[in-house]
Amino acid sequence: MTLIHFVVLSLTLCAIGVYGVLTRRNLIGILLSVEVILNGANINFAAFAHFRASDPAAGAIFPIFVMAVSGCEMAVALAIIISMYRRKKRLDVYKLEELNG
Amino acid sequence: MADLLFTHSYLILLFPLLSFVTISLRPVQLSPKMAGRFAIGCQGLSMLYGLAVAAAYWQTVIGQPQLYPARSLVCFDLAWLNFSPTLTANMGIFLDPISVMMIVVISIISFLVNIYSVGYMKDDPGFARFFALMALFSFSMLGLVISSNILQMFVFWELVGMSSYALIGFWYQKPSAVAASKKAFVVTRFADTFFLIGIIVVSFYTQSFDFQTLNSPETAALLDHTFMLGIVPINLLTLATILIFTGGWGKSAMFPLHIWLPDAMEGPTPVSSIIHSATMVVAGVFLTARMFPLFAASEVTLAVVQFVGAFTALFAAIIAITQKDIKRILAFSTLSQLGYMLFSLGVAKMVTGIHPGAEINPLGYSAAMYHVFTHAFFKCMLFLGAGAIIHAVHSNDIMDMGGLRRLMPKTYWSLLTACLAIGGIFPFSGFWSKDAILLAALQSGHYIVCAVGLATGGLTAFYIFRFFFLTFHGRARSKFHDVRENSWMTFSIMALTIPTVTAGMLEHLFVSEVTVPGLAYTPNFSHPLWLPTLASLAGIAGISLAWTFYGRGRTEAAERCRLRIAPVYQVIYNKFYIDEVYLFITHKIIFHGIAAPIKWLDRHIVDGAMNLIGEFLQQGGKAVRLLQNGQLQLYLGVTTLGFIALLFLGR
Repeated sequence: MTLIHFVVLSLTLCAIGVYGVLTRRNLIGILLSVEVILNGANINFAAFAHFRASDPAAGAIFPIFVMAVSGCEMAVALAIIISMYRRKKRLDVYKLEELNG
Repeated sequence: MADLLFTHSYLILLFPLLSFVTISLRPVQLSPKMAGRFAIGCQGLSMLYGLAVAAAYWQTVIGQPQLYPARSLVCFDLAWLNFSPTLTANMGIFLDPISVMMIVVISIISFLVNIYSVGYMKDDPGFARFFALMALFSFSMLGLVISSNILQMFVFWELVGMSSYALIGFWYQKPSAVAASKKAFVVTRFADTFFLIGIIVVSFYTQSFDFQTLNSPETAALLDHTFMLGIVPINLLTLATILIFTGGWGKSAMFPLHIWLPDAMEGPTPVSSIIHSATMVVAGVFLTARMFPLFAASEVTLAVVQFVGAFTALFAAIIAITQKDIKRILAFSTLSQLGYMLFSLGVAKMVTGIHPGAEINPLGYSAAMYHVFTHAFFKCMLFLGAGAIIHAVHSNDIMDMGGLRRLMPKTYWSLLTACLAIGGIFPFSGFWSKDAILLAALQSGHYIVCAVGLATGGLTAFYIFRFFFLTFHGRARSKFHDVRENSWMTFSIMALTIPTVTAGMLEHLFVSEVTVPGLAYTPNFSHPLWLPTLASLAGIAGISLAWTFYGRGRTEAAERCRLRIAPVYQVIYNKFYIDEVYLFITHKIIFHGIAAPIKWLDRHIVDGAMNLIGEFLQQGGKAVRLLQNGQLQLYLGVTTLGFIALLFLGR
C-alpha cells in the first residue's frame, strides 16, 4: 500500500464523479456524482497527509472541513431540488434550461 | 468735451442694441405700441449721439489737420481674440471721413425709417418683432462702419446679413418671402466665404487685421509677389484683394451675384428702403473704399471693380426699364447706382502710358463716397414713397396705379424731387454726385466707362420717370379704396426731401475732405463745361422720352413700341434669364450631374460596405449565441476538456 494506490483511487473516483456529472440527466444523480468527486478529493488529502506530511493531523482536518461544507451544500441543493420538483414535476436537466442566453 | 464724446462713442451702437434686447427678450412687458415708441426713442438717441460725434470729429480732427494728418482717430481698441502672440483681433472704433459719413447716413435714415414703419406696419401681428429686428440691423450696420479692423468688420458684416435674412423673410407665412430670404442668405454667404479666405490670406502674411496696417504701403509691398499655381502665375496681392472684394461683390449685389436683391423686395418696404437700398448694400462699396489703398496697389483689382461696376450699372438700368413691379424697378435702380459707386472707385486710378494704373486720382474715391451719401437719401425716399403707394393701393404693379397725384399730393411732390435727383437734374443732389463720378472717369482717362455712365444716366432718367408718370399721372387704371396718406409715413418722406434737394452743396466738402487715406492731394476742379451739359441733356432726354411714352399716364404708345421689339423685350423683361441660368446650373448640373451620382455612391458603395460588416458581425453573434444554451453539463464538459488540454499543453 503505497501513496500511488491512493492517488489512483482518488483519481478514479474523481473521474467517475465527473463522468456522472456530465452524463446524468437527473438532478439528484448529478448531486450524487458531485459527492463522489468530493470524496475522491478527500482521499487524496488524507493519503498525502498520511505519507508525506510531518504532522498528519493537519491533512486530516481538511477532509472534515470538506465533509461539513458539502453537508451544508447538500442541504441547500436538496432544498432547491425539492422546490424545483414541486414547480416543474420533473428533474430532467435538459428540460430545465431557462437560464440559456 | 470732444474726448468724452469719443471715449463713449460705443453708445451709438449701444442704443439700438438696447432697443433690440428690450423688445425681443422682454424683461418688461411692452405693448406693441410702446415697443415702437421705445425703438424710435433709442434710434433717436443713437442719431443724436452720432451727430454729436460727427460734430466733435469735425471740430477736432478735420479742424486740426496738423494734429491729425491722416484724418483718422481710433476711439478705443480692445484686444478681443489672441490668435497668437503676434496676431490679435481687436474690437475698436475707428473714425475717419467715410465712417463718420456713414454714421450720419445710417443713424438719420434708421431714425426716419423707424418713424415711417409705425405707419406702415400698423396692425401687423409682428409689429414689435419688426422693430426689434430693425434695431438689430442698425446696431450691426453701425458696428460695420466703425470697425477698426477687418475681422471685426466681418463679424458685423455677417450680422447685417443675418438681420437682412430675418427681415426679408419677415412675413414667414409667405412661401415667396421665405424663398427670397434663403436666396439672399445663400448668395451673400457664398460671396462671404471668399471674403473670409481673403482675410485669412492677408492676415497670415501681415500678422495683422488692423485697417491702418493693411492699408500701409509696406503691406502692399509684402504681398506683392507672384507664385505659380500649377502653370498659372498668380500675384498674391491681386488674389487677396480680389478675394476680399468678392465679399463686397455679393453684398453689393453686383453682376452676376445680383440675383438676390430683386427677390429681397419680398420683405416689408421699410426694410427694402433702409437695408436693400440705402445702407447694407452699400457695405460692398464701403469695404472697397475702406481697403482702397491696398486695392489700388494691385494692378488688376481696381480694373475688376471698375468693370463689374460699369457693367452692372448699365445692365441693371436696362432691366429696370421693363419691370412692372414698383419695388423691383427700384431694386434694379439700386443695382445700377451701386454700379456707379463701384466704377467710380475703380476709376480712381489713372490710365497712364508708362505705368499702367500707377497713379491715383482721389476724385473717384471722393465721388463714390459722395454718391453713397446722396443716393442713400433719395433712394431711401423713393422706397418709402413706393411703400406709401403700395400701402394705399394694395398692389405692387404700376399698371394698376395711375392718377395718384391728387390722392397723395405730399408723396407726389416729395418723390418728384427724388426722381429729379436720381435722374441727375440740376440742382438736385444726384446731379452733383453723378457729375463728380463722370468727371473722375474722364480725368483718369477711362473714356468708355465715362460713356457708359452717361448712357446709364439717360436710361436712369427714363425708367424712373416711367415709374413716376405711370404711378401719379393720368387716370387710375384700377379701383382704389380709401386712399389716404398716413402722417407717420409722409413725415419721413418729406423729411428726406431736405437732403435730397440740398446735398448738392456738400460736393466741395466731400472732394476736399473725404479723400484717400495717406495721400496728399489738392482738389482739382478743372471742369470741362460740356460734361455736366451732356449729362443733363442725357437726363432731360430720358425724361422727355418717358413723357412721350407715358406722360398723362398713357401706355398705348409704349405698348406699340413693345410689340415691335417683342423678342428683345421678352429677354430683358425676364432679366436676361440670369435666374434661369442659375437654376439650370444648380439644379441640372450640380444637383443632378454631381450631387446625384455622389449620393448614389454614398448610398450603395459606402453604406453597402458598412452594412456588409454589420451583417457579418450580426450573423457571427447569432452563431456564438447558440453556445450559450444554459446546459450546465455542456459547460462543465467543455471546462473539463479545456482543463485537461491545459494540463497537457502546459507541460
